[in-house]
Amino acid sequence: MNAAPQALGDLKVVEFGGYAAGPHIGKILANFGATVVHVESENRPDGFRLEYPPFKDGVAGVNRGGCFAFFNDSKYGVTIDLKTPEGLDHARQLVDWADLLIENMRPGVMARIGLGYEELSKTNPDLIMLSTCNMGQTGPRAHTPGFGSQLSSLAGFCGATGDADGPPTLLYGPYIDFIASVMGCSAALAALDQRRRTGKGTWIDISQYECGLHFMAGALLAYHRDGILTDRQGNRDPEAAPHGAYLCRDDCWLALSCWSNAEFQQLAEVLEYPELAGDERFATIANRHDNAEALDECLADCLRNRDAANTAEQLQLAGVGAYPVNTISDLFSDPQLAARRTWRRRKHEEIGEQAYLMPAFDLSSTPGDISHAAPLLGADNDVVLGEFLG
Amino acid sequence: MLGCYKVVDLSNRLGWLAGRILADLGADVMKIEAPGADLDNPEWRALNFNKRLLLLDAASSSGRQAIERMIAGIDILIESAEPADEWLDPARLSALNPRLIHVSITPFGRKGPRADWRGSDLEIMAAGGAMSLAGDPDGAPLRISIPQACSWAGAHAATGAMIALSHRSAGGQGQHVDVSAQASVVAALAHAPTFFDILGETPSRAGSKITGRSVHGAVYRAFWPCKDGYINFVVYGGPAGRRTNKGLVTWMREKGLQLGHLENIDWDSFDPKLATQDEVDRIEAPLLAFFAGVTKSEFLEGACTREMLGYPVSTVADIAADPQLEARGFWQDIEMPDGNRERHCGSFYVADGLRPEVSKSAEEAA
Repeated sequence: MNAAPQALGDLKVVEFGGYAAGPHIGKILANFGATVVHVESENRPDGFRLEYPPFKDGVAGVNRGGCFAFFNDSKYGVTIDLKTPEGLDHARQLVDWADLLIENMRPGVMARIGLGYEELSKTNPDLIMLSTCNMGQTGPRAHTPGFGSQLSSLAGFCGATGDADGPPTLLYGPYIDFIASVMGCSAALAALDQRRRTGKGTWIDISQYECGLHFMAGALLAYHRDGILTDRQGNRDPEAAPHGAYLCRDDCWLALSCWSNAEFQQLAEVLEYPELAGDERFATIANRHDNAEALDECLADCLRNRDAANTAEQLQLAGVGAYPVNTISDLFSDPQLAARRTWRRRKHEEIGEQAYLMPAFDLSSTPGDISHAAPLLGADNDVVLGEFLG
Repeated sequence: MLGCYKVVDLSNRLGWLAGRILADLGADVMKIEAPGADLDNPEWRALNFNKRLLLLDAASSSGRQAIERMIAGIDILIESAEPADEWLDPARLSALNPRLIHVSITPFGRKGPRADWRGSDLEIMAAGGAMSLAGDPDGAPLRISIPQACSWAGAHAATGAMIALSHRSAGGQGQHVDVSAQASVVAALAHAPTFFDILGETPSRAGSKITGRSVHGAVYRAFWPCKDGYINFVVYGGPAGRRTNKGLVTWMREKGLQLGHLENIDWDSFDPKLATQDEVDRIEAPLLAFFAGVTKSEFLEGACTREMLGYPVSTVADIAADPQLEARGFWQDIEMPDGNRERHCGSFYVADGLRPEVSKSAEEAA
């Protein structure tokens, strides 16, 4: 643990569930000092431990999964068998200990095992409980099972990605789950703040679908109000032109956009391509939209002879928005992410050194940290069941 | 829940969602815009819903003086000024109000070698790695056509603000929260970075097909043309996949469709990891015919009843008509001065069984 003051140093959290949607909330809280206990059972470990690669050396194992580790750093790991009276007793004691309970089971499962909000709030009237699932706790489809990767289709993201004349496009992983976890984190903290002032408990019901729709809010209003259907359009933008990604000589792609004629003139100058600036077809933003395909071809031809990173730097100096399209490996050498210490390596007992992701905000006086690598299965049983509940 | 807190939102698109989230959580959020700003744009209206509006020119000295007087009495300031703008220097604002939680949202964060770089949605999605994971493998990396980067930044900013507020409520002072939109997009990549970190592999864009699930390199279809669009369905293994595949075969039988190769498959032992491309093709052929004969809403309803995985690829029109959202009271209508009604996304959460009513409309002048 580090010595800097922790914003959430007095917050105690218990998590039931697994995969991304619940645990990502606890991870963010843990990074700012909360004591977070991740509950699993020996028989049914978190699904991310065994079902999803990558594994250390490519060999699956309950403590070898990078995916589980990535969403559970800085937490304590405990195994409890919720199917036994003793296990349930431990679970109830953990709820008594905690300020916040986070769960992402299917709706009704917690109630069925006696850990529903109604039951728990009888003895813990000030409990803050956050339930997150695909559709929310109520409604005709509340009990539908679902993967976040497919929920991104229902919420409109996949249909809004791809070329105008092509099929929808996949987004990597459960894109929408992380919208709901980041937004859910705010809601849990607001309920805790209210409790501090009033003593009131709250049950927060987060629908991952509904949270995702807040990332589509403008397009939804444009439809409701004006009947506009926003569809996939490759990398085109209704305002900027050019607006796209172009393959460069070094096999990297460069993303760039021009939002005014002045920026377009600067682009032509940096690219040493005066014909571009003088071409009538590209003289105004309306012309550039009308001739977007021809413009893209000109830029593709030109950028094929340049390097992405250098060109991005030159364009930025000239006031034009540009950035190399970072690949996943590039993220580990990006100078800006490095300066912000976005990645922090911690030693995991079986995986070894692993890079963990700090949340995207720096707090000036309570900076937070990755306090330790993710726990092995049941690693902290003694500490949690002994000391915390002791 | 946050009714006792005052927020001023000076931000551009980068910060709008942050203020909206705090407003949904009950805070009194004042959006400040310059006189003459475009307040009719759907993005602006949707994301500044539930805030109060004050028209004030933050570039003028009288405007700045007025804002500084406000800052002395508020809890949270959200702004997205360029890092070089000294007016909003964190130390300066902290001297005005030591309890202030000052949230800065910029494309790349206020510190670091590229803090001054420009970035719109496209460049931020590129810098955060998201574009490298979307698009056809033979084509260009893509962004999502409905801009996302500012929403990622705004959602993270609200969480950062809430963590700082928790610290203050526990006896601490205010502080500065420096949000990088680029870094916020990295959270959207799920665990893709761990592949590079642990195995040296670089996940990349897969287009519309699912790769990497079969040891024989078989490629699975994810999007199926249906009567009125597309459906996202994948032949999975595991308990939910087994239930789904069996449910689909039963459904096809009920509709009297040819099962072809599906007749031969024992779903209890079927493992997508071991399938060859030839087998995948033979499984998928009869499925193409099934999907071609259903509508998106028929599939959604039928899949739900049968507890199957898979969802339609919705358009905004499909979302607008979804009975699940209606039943949960997700939409909130407000009356406009011209008598028309405007339909917005309601609060993003339900508390104790109730969706908090939006209490303020951006029409209200302060």
